[in-house]
Amino acid sequence: MSDREIAADPFAKIWKFFASVRLTIVLFLTLAATSIIGTLIPQNESPEAYFRAFGPFLYRLFDVLGLFDMYHSWWFQSLMLLLAANVLICSIERLSSTWRIIFVRNPSFNLERFRRLKPKKEFGDNRNAGALKESYSAVIARSFRYWRVAETDNNGFAIYGEKGRWTRLGVYIVHLSVILMLVGGVIGSIFGFEGFVNIAEGDSAQQIRIRNSGEIRKLDFAIRCDDFDVSFYTTGAPKEFRSRLTILEQGKPVLSKDIIVNDPLHYKGISIFQSSYGQLAPQDQGLTPPGEVTLSFTSKATGMIYEKKAAIGRQIDIPENLGKFVITEFNNNYNFRGKDLGGAFVGILYQTDGAQIEVVLPIRFPSFDRMGPMFNKNRKDDVFISVSDVDVKQEPAIARYFTGLQVTRDPGVWIVYAGFILMIIGCYITFFMSHQQICVEVIDKGKKSRIMVAGTSNKNKLANARKISKMAHTLANLEQRA
Amino acid sequence: MSSSTILSIVTFIYGLAGFLYIFAWVFKKESAGRLATWIAILGFAGNTVGIVMRWIESYQLGIGHAPLSNLYESLIFFAWAIAFIYLFVERRYESQIIGAFSMPLAFLAMAYASLSPNISDRIQPLIPALKSNWLIAHVMTCFIGYAAFGIAFGTSWMYLFRQRDTGDKSPLFDRFPGIDALDELTHQLVKFGFLFLTIGIITGAVWANSAWGRYWGWDPKETWSLITWLIYAAMLHVRYFVGWKGWQSMPGKLLGAFIVVLIIGVVFVFFKKLFILPFYFLLLVSLIKIFGAEQRKLFAYLSILGFAAVLFTYFGVNLLPGLHSYQSMGQ
Ligand code: HEM
Repeated sequence: MSDREIAADPFAKIWKFFASVRLTIVLFLTLAATSIIGTLIPQNESPEAYFRAFGPFLYRLFDVLGLFDMYHSWWFQSLMLLLAANVLICSIERLSSTWRIIFVRNPSFNLERFRRLKPKKEFGDNRNAGALKESYSAVIARSFRYWRVAETDNNGFAIYGEKGRWTRLGVYIVHLSVILMLVGGVIGSIFGFEGFVNIAEGDSAQQIRIRNSGEIRKLDFAIRCDDFDVSFYTTGAPKEFRSRLTILEQGKPVLSKDIIVNDPLHYKGISIFQSSYGQLAPQDQGLTPPGEVTLSFTSKATGMIYEKKAAIGRQIDIPENLGKFVITEFNNNYNFRGKDLGGAFVGILYQTDGAQIEVVLPIRFPSFDRMGPMFNKNRKDDVFISVSDVDVKQEPAIARYFTGLQVTRDPGVWIVYAGFILMIIGCYITFFMSHQQICVEVIDKGKKSRIMVAGTSNKNKLANARKISKMAHTLANLEQRA
Repeated sequence: MSSSTILSIVTFIYGLAGFLYIFAWVFKKESAGRLATWIAILGFAGNTVGIVMRWIESYQLGIGHAPLSNLYESLIFFAWAIAFIYLFVERRYESQIIGAFSMPLAFLAMAYASLSPNISDRIQPLIPALKSNWLIAHVMTCFIGYAAFGIAFGTSWMYLFRQRDTGDKSPLFDRFPGIDALDELTHQLVKFGFLFLTIGIITGAVWANSAWGRYWGWDPKETWSLITWLIYAAMLHVRYFVGWKGWQSMPGKLLGAFIVVLIIGVVFVFFKKLFILPFYFLLLVSLIKIFGAEQRKLFAYLSILGFAAVLFTYFGVNLLPGLHSYQSMGQ
């Protein structure tokens, strides 16, 4: 298409815009410049922290611009999308002409063109052209994959050599690899997740928390931490974190593995990584389930407080005929809406209306049950229960650890890895291999001959000039030996 | 003799080599140049021995690992790679003046490692996150790339000095290789560096994926290595941008204006510390100059900007809020 036709056709205009190297450079440098922002503002912190750091005006401005998660903001992603479109269209645009250069059946050589080339060496020889043909051809055949001899006027001849046509594809491999990486990244972010979970030794978990969004996600299987160990060097630096994990399907163990940093567990497309660890807070550490506990019952109607001794599994009657209560279990670290309340009794309240209500009695929060009716609308508010005395013993001996696991799924990772490999291979080909052509013309001057060596390369002109001189040197030295 | 002692001596050998290269260039003394080459080779040999001994010593301490695990060790390897690539370039291109712009870099890297009070030369055991063969591949390839970029940084300055020098006004720059050779050499070095930086970023990503389950997390160190990579990628494409005319072209203006606004914004919003202002002013002026330049000069400027980004990725990122897991993991 001529320039005028392009100007008239809006589609061609857009196409040309997307095929331009100018856009590429602008995009590269814009991506580089804007990426700096996200390294100056720590990303994905809590809104309060940002509000405190920047004040109301800047907070609102930055929030609108998406600067608190800028690498996932619409404008940054659009820049990457533009780059993808740019590299795709640019490659399509150029591929057909490259293809035509690469896949010709009989490469044609234009002697005039070689004669006009800059990197050119000439020398003379004391024999006639015919005497040189064989030995020269052998030299060219040794370093060029394709070669042929053509007769020229007056008994002269020209040898053409060529190699590395296919290396012109290298840059397409690089550009394709960029697309693969972006596609793999998109697949990963749509169909994958990145979460974490802390599991105390001996416990198991089936729910993980998604990083950044904080949303809870339930896995098809449970992860049990059988054991966690951390070892230290004599310097005090950590040497190894090791978790023994078991995967449970419907409560049945199906797979066990020790994981350490750099050696994760893979199961059903989900990978589980050792990422951190911690010691349970003292109040969460093994409390021995107490033998006896004193509960107090507060009647709303009379305001009276009754104390009664209780034990796990022993049903007691609540005074004033307010129902019955039984403690069913003791939980070392009761988790209430993501908050660890520490040691708590869990029991069942048999109300006078016949309803059975689960009641939680955290030791450290005696008025917790006052909120009971708020959480369960079947709970009558005629009595509140709390723990007034309990003799729990701290298990002193062993510190209990929890292991911090990163749980991820990324179905796009293999596409990204394919991109990685292609990018390395493609860069090597484009950078260090080239399409080279050479022409050795021998002009017969009766008893003597005159020789010209010329050649081109699509890359690295100086290296090409050096190669031509070297070839001329080799050919000239053949004469000396003969 | 311990490896640290040898490496301290190597620092001075590199310093001497750098001095001799500069001396040979300024006073046009070929004998000094020949001597410089031999001293540089000696320094390189000492550097190699130092690295190998350090490796052996770590095994004697019972915490054996390749000496590529902390800032000290990476700087030593950086100097080694600079010396290696430079000596190769000197043989190939038969110019010793490049040595005046390369060996001082190797010296500075070694001197910073040996003399800075903040950098410990103790052999430390590996923390769990660093126990990975990917890490060795990652550090080696990154620093080979950085070293090539470092030398390209030198040849880019040489190009800029040389191309100003029309006529025989300055005998100093006149002794440089021709501008075409310098341009080509810079290109070769940047291609070499780009390949290694690419492999370095990729092996780093694979390592991160095996340690944390994500190959890319946009943490500041990763992001800065990407910024570096983008600058060099832009540089490689500038060669194919026929018709670049500096500021006259619209996108150039837009981009320039955008960068100016961005930088002014950054300065006023984040850096209430005023001492940074002059640096930013300098950066601003140089960016305006960079994007006003014609194609081949732009190429050289981008190589200089790229190396500045390398240095920031290497040293500056720790000053930013938030830490790369390399330092913080497991502590
Ligand atoms: C992240 C994206 C990209 C990467 C990593 C990349 C990489 C490369 C590399 C390594 C080269 C070889 C340079 C040399 O030999 O010095 C190259 C060449 C080239 N690239 Fe890209 N590129 C990207 C995007 C683009 C885009 C969007 C375009 C669109 C115009 C483009 C157009 C070109 C052209 C025209 C060449 C020259 C090809 C030739 O040798 O004939 N590149 N690219």
